[in-house]
Amino acid sequence: MQTMPEPMRSRNTESPDEHEMTESIASTEALKVVPKSRVGTQDNIWADVVFRSVVIFCAVALVASVGLIVVELLKESHVSISKFGFSFLIKQVWDPVNEDFGALPFIYGTIVSSIVALIIAVPLSIGTALFLTELCPRQLRGIFSLLVELLAAIPSVIYGLWGIFVLAPFLRAYVQPFLAKYFGWTGLFSGPKYGYGMLAAGVILAIMILPIIASITREVITAVPRVQREAALALGATKWEMLRMAVLRNARPGIFGGVILGLGRALGETMAVTMLIGNRAEIARSLFAPGNTLASVIANEFTEAVGNVYLSALVEMALVLFVITLIVNALAGLLVWSITRGMPSRALA
Amino acid sequence: MLKSSQNISVRRRVTNWLALGSICLATFIVTIPLFLILGTVITRGIGALNWDFLTQIPKPIGETGGGMANAIVGSIELLAVASLIGVPLGIGSGVFLAEYGRNKWGNMVRFTADVLNGVPSIVIGLTAYALVVVVQKHFSLLAGSVALGIMMVPTICRTTEEVLLLVPQAIREAALGLGIPKWRTILSVVLRTASAGIVTSIMLAFARVAGETAPLMFTAFGNQYWSKSINQPTAALPLQIFTYAIMPYEQAHAQAWTGALVLISLIMFTVILFRFISSRSTIKGAS
Repeated sequence: MQTMPEPMRSRNTESPDEHEMTESIASTEALKVVPKSRVGTQDNIWADVVFRSVVIFCAVALVASVGLIVVELLKESHVSISKFGFSFLIKQVWDPVNEDFGALPFIYGTIVSSIVALIIAVPLSIGTALFLTELCPRQLRGIFSLLVELLAAIPSVIYGLWGIFVLAPFLRAYVQPFLAKYFGWTGLFSGPKYGYGMLAAGVILAIMILPIIASITREVITAVPRVQREAALALGATKWEMLRMAVLRNARPGIFGGVILGLGRALGETMAVTMLIGNRAEIARSLFAPGNTLASVIANEFTEAVGNVYLSALVEMALVLFVITLIVNALAGLLVWSITRGMPSRALA
Repeated sequence: MLKSSQNISVRRRVTNWLALGSICLATFIVTIPLFLILGTVITRGIGALNWDFLTQIPKPIGETGGGMANAIVGSIELLAVASLIGVPLGIGSGVFLAEYGRNKWGNMVRFTADVLNGVPSIVIGLTAYALVVVVQKHFSLLAGSVALGIMMVPTICRTTEEVLLLVPQAIREAALGLGIPKWRTILSVVLRTASAGIVTSIMLAFARVAGETAPLMFTAFGNQYWSKSINQPTAALPLQIFTYAIMPYEQAHAQAWTGALVLISLIMFTVILFRFISSRSTIKGAS
């Protein structure tokens, strides 16, 4: 018994402030436990089996809930799947009265608004990650990373609220006239300036996915071995050259993974987009035009939808969205994994 | 390194400063929306914030006064029931991953948790609709809680796994060496050691789902009055904000902003508390 607290103590030296308390709890707990439990008795073997089954049950429930999502979506959308087949994905019609539905305008809106978001968010978030890991003075690091984390904690509906009353009027008054004047020739920035629309949705999505991309990028940048940086500096590189050649190049697959993870979030984002995109099921070239996404059409129309075909068409949209985000997230997971855990030998070097 | 910069060409030096400058500028730009949003929520929301707002149910548009008490309570009830589903499953599967999951089955569960984490919230809402609302034939607090509960599982699961792996192997060996059975080792030694981390993971999951609106739209549905039972539709703070935000009335907008202020204060409080606790526990793990 005398030797027992040793391992506990070795751990406790790591946390001087909790030293006293944790040790006393751990040791009294162990004192209580030991006499009671007789090693290898039938009871203990059974208790181990039961405990193990309980945690395995939890894990199975987690896996089952994903399976359940797939099954329920398929079940609820089978009317639409059997009625429209593959043409659902490529039709532009959205006609609840005649019960004729196609998802193309929504797929288009989902992808375009997410691409706009990525174009804005990627450079900003990589810059932020570099600043936080490489440039920021140690004392300020906590504050800045807290600010970025708080940005991630703001609920989607509040982004939407802010978007409606602050962002959209601002875009209409200042940004859209500017874009129309100088870049109107591209055809992307023309037409009536509502404020709402694809552009507004893209901007709000950009703000929402910034923290995700930034935090993953930070993680992979931190995983780049110190010696790489030192080698670059020793060869006479300036700080930026070091960042570009030693840090960014090594972290590239991981950063790409973070970007794709951000894309996954943008594709499925619902509330803020619903409140800002303008909700019109049409494909327009101009980013000023209102659009619609898979998620926003479900949010807008599901509670008002009447008839089996209409409902199941909306559920099929959710199925399409699920499959898209599944592919995107799996890809992102593979990429992030490849840089943070897939190369232990390099990280250790 | 720049002390010996006589040898560095002007072009390289200018590129260096331009690049570093734009990195700092990017960080600055990223923080702007946060202050703008928080600033707007506070200035527009503080006006209608009073005791009535926190204690009254909504009045019809046109009448002054009224509040969101039912939505605040509804949100808390939803979170409470959701955590009955999400917390045990999350911790259980986290324990599985950390203690039994160093194999291909563990990898499969890990991958599935990440998949579930990435499933758009509205898709989870639709699933809960199909699972509960279609069966019960009416919207209910229960359906909303199922949706939020499923969303909590992956967050809690992966964070629990992480904090359990931080517990030194020597502690497990010491307990097992004393003849304590494995289940008791995990429950009384490993989980107890990691309890601070697990609590923060639960709070993180709370913060994540507390602001969710999309999964509640066709499950909890919303309610202008008090919800009397778990089988009735219930109001929730984010839902109420959404409903008021898209109404064309000035008064409704003011209520929406105040609701946003209350919601954001609750969430920010949780996140900052989480940061505080977790920064203390990471010092423990790192040093």
